[in-house]
Amino acid sequence: MINKIFESLQAAVADVQDGATVMIGGFGTAGMPSELIDALIEQGARELTIVNNNAGNGDIGLAALLKAKRVRKIICSFPRQSDSYVFDALYRAGEIELELVPQGNLAERIRAAGAGIGGFFTPTGYGTKLAEGKETRLIDGKHYVLESPLHADFALIKAFKGDRWGNLVYRKTARNFGPIMASAAKTAIVQVSRVVPLGELDPEQIVTPGIFVQRVIEVPQATHQAELAAATTA
Amino acid sequence: MKKLTRDEMAKRVAQDIPEGAYVNLGIGVPTLVANHLAADKEIFLHSENGLLGMGPAPAPGAEDDELINAGKQHVTLLTGGAYFHHADSFAMMRGGHLDFCVLGAFQVSAKGDLANWHTGAPDAIPAVGGAMDLAIGAKQVFVMMEHLTKQGESKIAAECTYPVTGVACVDRIYTDLAMIDVTADGLVVREIFSDIDFDALHKLTGVPLIDGTQDARAA
Repeated sequence: MINKIFESLQAAVADVQDGATVMIGGFGTAGMPSELIDALIEQGARELTIVNNNAGNGDIGLAALLKAKRVRKIICSFPRQSDSYVFDALYRAGEIELELVPQGNLAERIRAAGAGIGGFFTPTGYGTKLAEGKETRLIDGKHYVLESPLHADFALIKAFKGDRWGNLVYRKTARNFGPIMASAAKTAIVQVSRVVPLGELDPEQIVTPGIFVQRVIEVPQATHQAELAAATTA
Repeated sequence: MKKLTRDEMAKRVAQDIPEGAYVNLGIGVPTLVANHLAADKEIFLHSENGLLGMGPAPAPGAEDDELINAGKQHVTLLTGGAYFHHADSFAMMRGGHLDFCVLGAFQVSAKGDLANWHTGAPDAIPAVGGAMDLAIGAKQVFVMMEHLTKQGESKIAAECTYPVTGVACVDRIYTDLAMIDVTADGLVVREIFSDIDFDALHKLTGVPLIDGTQDARAA
């Protein structure tokens, strides 16, 4: 019998090695897998390359990982926030490397990796600093920049509900990078507010089929409890 | 010299967005446009972080931290709205499915180059978000900005001196003084909101402008 449910956050992140590339879902704090990140901090892996849209807010979650000096490099589209002081200080001190990627390129590079695409041409960034040194091509009168896929060893994702086959549904704008990161990482680790019995997720409504998911851990979120109690189907 | 307020600029931009349009409003000043869209027009607001049918801010106490916009502010979802992931969201933007985007700017060049993501300051922490994707993807790119910097320099320049977000991508510029179309023939002034005449505006702007204010058919 296949059961992708892990009983503890610690067990789920135990094999993240030093130097690993780890994708972390979330747009700002929406969809940020905070409990998985805390487990990763506790686990101790260092010299990580992190892929996220931002570079942490305040002191928790991704910011805590940065503050613990576990991150060598961050690949993101918008590090600077009103409360990105942890990243800002590390960057100014030259203690973290930044690869700045336009958000659509970030999304498509991740998607491409999961989809087995070797490279793709996008009009985004043509003629700008972020395309410097990259191959370009004129296609049907429009200029494009060649971009490469972005693979990862692990992805830490927050979803709403999942089952033992790894099927997932998300909640509102907490979805964001989750589905594509799950496909791009060798090992996708997902915290869900509730693990549901097989068959409870309507096949028409599953957003991430379990083929893309390796590990699921139930981490109830207080803000979801009323909603989960009221609903009986996905 | 009379100048429109940000709200008045936003109201003017909103007038040019027809019912049924799919629109992305960039973070900052462009979000004010949402406040002025006619209540009886169904206009679809897209947010880069994965929603279509974005509604107004929720009532105090009804905020959902998992329902936010690109600026990380709490929003609501209109009946008929939808959620989707990031690759789909940017496919909508890059694939030419948005009818309009409204963006702020540091500068717009005479050829419609846009500079709005980097101040050029050597010690600035760079951040780009979805700006470059929006700039090249929307069918019509509207820029909303003050006409002059605080130092009185024109933000419409012969060439952008700030790092560019997109090349030849701006279609129309709304400032607190005028509305200007970027055309193959050059910058065409369609409306002057201020109490100055075309010649005075031309002098202030410092780049070649064509007087289109007398055309019977405005954009």
